[in-house]
Amino acid sequence: MHIFLLQIFGFLALMCFILAIGNGIWEHDKGYYFQVYLPWADGVTSAPYSGFLMFWSYVIILNTVVPISLYVSVEIIRLGNSFYIDWDRKMYYPLNDTPAQARTTTLNEELGQIKYIFSDKTGTLTQNIMAFNKCSINGKSYGDVYDVAGQRTEITEHTEKVDFSYNQLADPKFVFYDHSLVEAVKLDDAATHGFFRLLSLCHTVMPEEKKEGNLVYQAQSPDEGALVTAARNFGFVFCARTPETITVVEMGETKVYELLAILDFNNVRKRMSVIVRNPEGGLTLYCKGADTIVYELLDASCGPLKEETMEHLNEFAGEGLRTLVVAYKNLQEDYFQEWHQRHHEASTALDGREEKLSELYEEIEKDLMLLGATAIEDKLQDGVPQTIETLTKAHIKIWVLTGDKQETAVNIGYSCNILHDDMKEVFIIEGNTSEDVLDELRNARKKMNPDSFLDSDEVNIKFENPSTKSRILPEEQANGVYGLVINGHSLAYALEGNMELELVRTACMCKVVICCRVTPLQKAQVVELVKKYKKVVTLAIGDGANDVSMIKTAHIGVGISGQEGMQAVLSSDFSFAQFRYLQRLLLVHGRWSYIRMCKFLRYFFYKNFAFTLVHFWYGFFSGFSAQTVYDQWFITLYNLVYTSLPVLGMSLFDQDVDDRWSMQFPHLYEPGQQNLYFNKIEFVKCVLHGIYSSLILFFIPYGAMYDTVRSDGKAIADYQSFALMAQTCLLIVVSVQIGLDTAYWTAVNQFFIWGSLSLYFAIIFTMYSDGMYLIFTASFPFIGTARNTLSQPNVWLAIFLSIILCVLPVVGGRFLKAQLMPTVSDKILRKIRAAKKRPPPPLPKTRLRRTSTRRSGYAFSHQHGFGALIMSGRNMRPKLPFTTTGTFSPNSEKNRHK
Amino acid sequence: MAAASPCAEPAARNKPDNTAFTQQRLPAWQPLLSAGTALPLFFCVGLACLALGLGLHFSSDTIRELELDYTGAPGSGHNCSRCGNASLAGAGACTCSLRFELPERFPGPVCLYYQLSNYYQNHRRYSVSRDDRQLSGDASGLSNPATECSPFRTDPQGIPIAPCGAIANSLFNDTFALYHLANGTFHPVPLDNRGISWWTDSNIKFSNPELVNGSLEAAFKGTAKPPNWPHAAYMLDTGNPNNTGFINEDFIVWMRTAALPTFRKLYRRVREGNFSSGLPQGTYRLDITYNYPVLSFQGTKKVIFSTVSWMGGKNPFLGIVYLVFGSACILTGFVMLAVHIKFQKQNQMDVE
Repeated sequence: MHIFLLQIFGFLALMCFILAIGNGIWEHDKGYYFQVYLPWADGVTSAPYSGFLMFWSYVIILNTVVPISLYVSVEIIRLGNSFYIDWDRKMYYPLNDTPAQARTTTLNEELGQIKYIFSDKTGTLTQNIMAFNKCSINGKSYGDVYDVAGQRTEITEHTEKVDFSYNQLADPKFVFYDHSLVEAVKLDDAATHGFFRLLSLCHTVMPEEKKEGNLVYQAQSPDEGALVTAARNFGFVFCARTPETITVVEMGETKVYELLAILDFNNVRKRMSVIVRNPEGGLTLYCKGADTIVYELLDASCGPLKEETMEHLNEFAGEGLRTLVVAYKNLQEDYFQEWHQRHHEASTALDGREEKLSELYEEIEKDLMLLGATAIEDKLQDGVPQTIETLTKAHIKIWVLTGDKQETAVNIGYSCNILHDDMKEVFIIEGNTSEDVLDELRNARKKMNPDSFLDSDEVNIKFENPSTKSRILPEEQANGVYGLVINGHSLAYALEGNMELELVRTACMCKVVICCRVTPLQKAQVVELVKKYKKVVTLAIGDGANDVSMIKTAHIGVGISGQEGMQAVLSSDFSFAQFRYLQRLLLVHGRWSYIRMCKFLRYFFYKNFAFTLVHFWYGFFSGFSAQTVYDQWFITLYNLVYTSLPVLGMSLFDQDVDDRWSMQFPHLYEPGQQNLYFNKIEFVKCVLHGIYSSLILFFIPYGAMYDTVRSDGKAIADYQSFALMAQTCLLIVVSVQIGLDTAYWTAVNQFFIWGSLSLYFAIIFTMYSDGMYLIFTASFPFIGTARNTLSQPNVWLAIFLSIILCVLPVVGGRFLKAQLMPTVSDKILRKIRAAKKRPPPPLPKTRLRRTSTRRSGYAFSHQHGFGALIMSGRNMRPKLPFTTTGTFSPNSEKNRHK
Repeated sequence: MAAASPCAEPAARNKPDNTAFTQQRLPAWQPLLSAGTALPLFFCVGLACLALGLGLHFSSDTIRELELDYTGAPGSGHNCSRCGNASLAGAGACTCSLRFELPERFPGPVCLYYQLSNYYQNHRRYSVSRDDRQLSGDASGLSNPATECSPFRTDPQGIPIAPCGAIANSLFNDTFALYHLANGTFHPVPLDNRGISWWTDSNIKFSNPELVNGSLEAAFKGTAKPPNWPHAAYMLDTGNPNNTGFINEDFIVWMRTAALPTFRKLYRRVREGNFSSGLPQGTYRLDITYNYPVLSFQGTKKVIFSTVSWMGGKNPFLGIVYLVFGSACILTGFVMLAVHIKFQKQNQMDVE
């Protein structure tokens, strides 16, 4: 806006200069001789000096082009639109009684121009709750609900949940819908029992009994917690562990397994195993891990089962679930003893311990028997995939910046629709050296847009020429939809000085970017990078303290007020409780605020130009004497009283389409991103429009009054009548113009517009009345003008003529433009108009189910080192919970007898 | 568990109010610019403009108007050239007369105007050079005129001028007498000088200072006449106490400054005696007392005889603009219609 103000100042100076020159010439040619009747003012001795003085007089007269009241109005509008955000019930989250909050009131219109969203993952996109959702046991898939006809049905709130009341130790929060799995457990299906036994044994979870009978698991990774809880509910309750034992209540029967070894998880192995001795004395190795890894280790006899399970895995992966494959293996006593010996030696070895251990692990983890697969849902916040889809349709680029591991991040990317299979390719940048990263970035860009390496490419030209100061990159198009996943350590290289250009070019060509394992500082750096090279409005959204830097760096920061404390909210500009409210914030509030602000600015500049430039034209007919066209009172009240409320009413209430349509047609958001509604061209247009109107507003009264008289022969071409006529024309024209610009006529708008006009007439008839003149003689010299002028038919004919001359070209222009060169939003508005006439179609309930070709849904938020910790017993309390107290189990009596 | 029971939900203290205003659901009228509204608008406005234009044009045409330029620029060979030269030389009053023919009867009431051109009554310094307080008869305004009147605020002796200011000082002071040739002799045509100014001006805005001992002259005591005037204000119309001083109607008419550098002001009306129904066709003579110099700044002076209609004086401008704009509207309407028909199908396709 400041650039526009500077231009206006320039324009003002130009006008004053022209008029000052005009005055110099006029005084030389005419004023000098006219001194018989009008001597020059004291001290004025020459025409040029008079022109110089007149320059400053005109600065005073014409300064109304620089709208000082603009700033006040802008602040009022922003404040109003911020209140709408606070008041929106559709952004209120009832569960924790949190309304949306606009914490700054100066950024509303930028909400309508967002091009890049930087989002945190955990707590923002996801709830950080893992839920055991589905599984595949021995070639049979569980977890879906079928209706009577055998059709898979949608799981809703009304779907009957599985009743776990038979199991007193069940976790009441656990929810499962497929009854057939319970049946299988109750029928003593061996594979099912084996599956859940594995889940209850193969993990690093610690049990805790805070209150009596209330068993709580302390899981280092939420995935494991979900799996062990699932086993618990299905009747395999993991109760207690010591460094040497694991106690499990299996279908009401307490069993103590001897824990012989934990083959711990790490990022390379992508699996973990335990070796236990069951109460009967059998030795078993239980293993769970990534499908790609575990499948390599399976025994050849699992052939057909492998196929079926793989099918299920694909299905799970396609739904964005995190999958693990589970397998077991019975061990021979003598082999195990020998292995155990070697394991002990390796784990006490002084050098090369890791390598030795992993060799040993690989040796024993083979020829596994496949049990099945688990599918865990990393619970997304409500409506995240739909929100992402809508925002993507609005051509907003979404970058996920997360501290999580690559697999987890990619998995979430798929499950919340950021990544999908329609993408031509998802590039993964994980190089460990600067050169690798550069190569990977360049290869990706080569694939997306080979032309961008040509010397003729405008970006290359721009950066070869060091003289160009601006670093803003133009938008580069890729030849398809691509995604980019970049690792934290690679990002560190890519953010280094000379490579950041490569990064930003490649990344911005992609529709989606996921940065994983990034530090809070890197999050901010990425945002900074995009701000530096792209002329776009960025938004960062997050919930935790680690997002604060990013939220502060982006143009607009949004805080999710969730569980993770208040730091993000406190440093944000807007806050609400759920990620899904973002689409409403942007597509409804942001878009409206942007449209309103643009309409406001266009109208405001227009009305002030139309108002002021009339003085300019009058200068040519009044000896460039800084004579105003209007009454002083009108000049004082014009911005303050006559035209302030209608434009405020428009800027507070206007909406082109209501919120539902705004969300249904996200394309309507695009004009904001390209800033189509108020830019240099639009500004020039409203200046030209203002100039045109001022010409009409001057020359129609001029022509109508030239040499004419009232119908009784008395004068009407006097200055006061002319002033009244011009100001009446002006006010009616700008009122009609605001009527044209208003798309949404509420009662308030009507009241403001008609009220302002009525007020105008009331005020002029009062100010120009006999009484006012008799009381304040010198202040109201326009006595009688209103009565004598507005009673004349030709005055009204002239007013009517100026209105239609000002307004009809605008109407015609808009109509023809919408017909000949309809913009995207014109087309959508037309579509909405057509749709409004028809009865509204029922909203299609689309479940975002993807037929995926993804191979693996493996993601696991586990960390290395917990196996060793458990085996050492260092994390155990001296008082063992179960074996000593044993109070929470209904079977405790029986246990003791054993 | 507690979480499952509905009564455990937190109280919705922060829940925003569900009103149409806060939820931005105020009932509203959403007019749309479509072919259904734009085309009829253009055609209707176009037709209305044509009708108005024709009406105005014909009314304007019925108005009879006759202009007589009597500036008498040197070398123009005009009857008043002598007076023009005299005014350039700074000589005093001069009279000249013009003979002219009225080609047709001017139906009454006929107004007699004087018109000045290249005369900047709308110049800012000129138009503020007056004191409304003084002109409304205020005693303090009389003794202490407003500073805007400068340099015609006081005379060189420091005596306040009444009426002060450049406007009053430059009062138009040519006078006219009209004679009609009938039966070989010129008979004077009576000219009515009453009611030529706005009622509000002559009755409220302007009034004489309170009479002192019943004498206006005494009321003006202690003031000086404007330098250009031959007499003081109270002698403007010595014969008629209701038309002298500040409430002299010629003075009031002059004081209502014009908006444009070419302007006409009402001088007299012909509405008495034999001429109450108008000026008959024939030969007339206009005797002019040429006092007012305009040649020094290339001004012109004219006398105009004009009839009036409901729309005032002759002004072809409005009628022509209405006609042109009305035709343009209808033409644009057809263009829009053509465009609409041509693109309707394509736009329809966009919708589907």
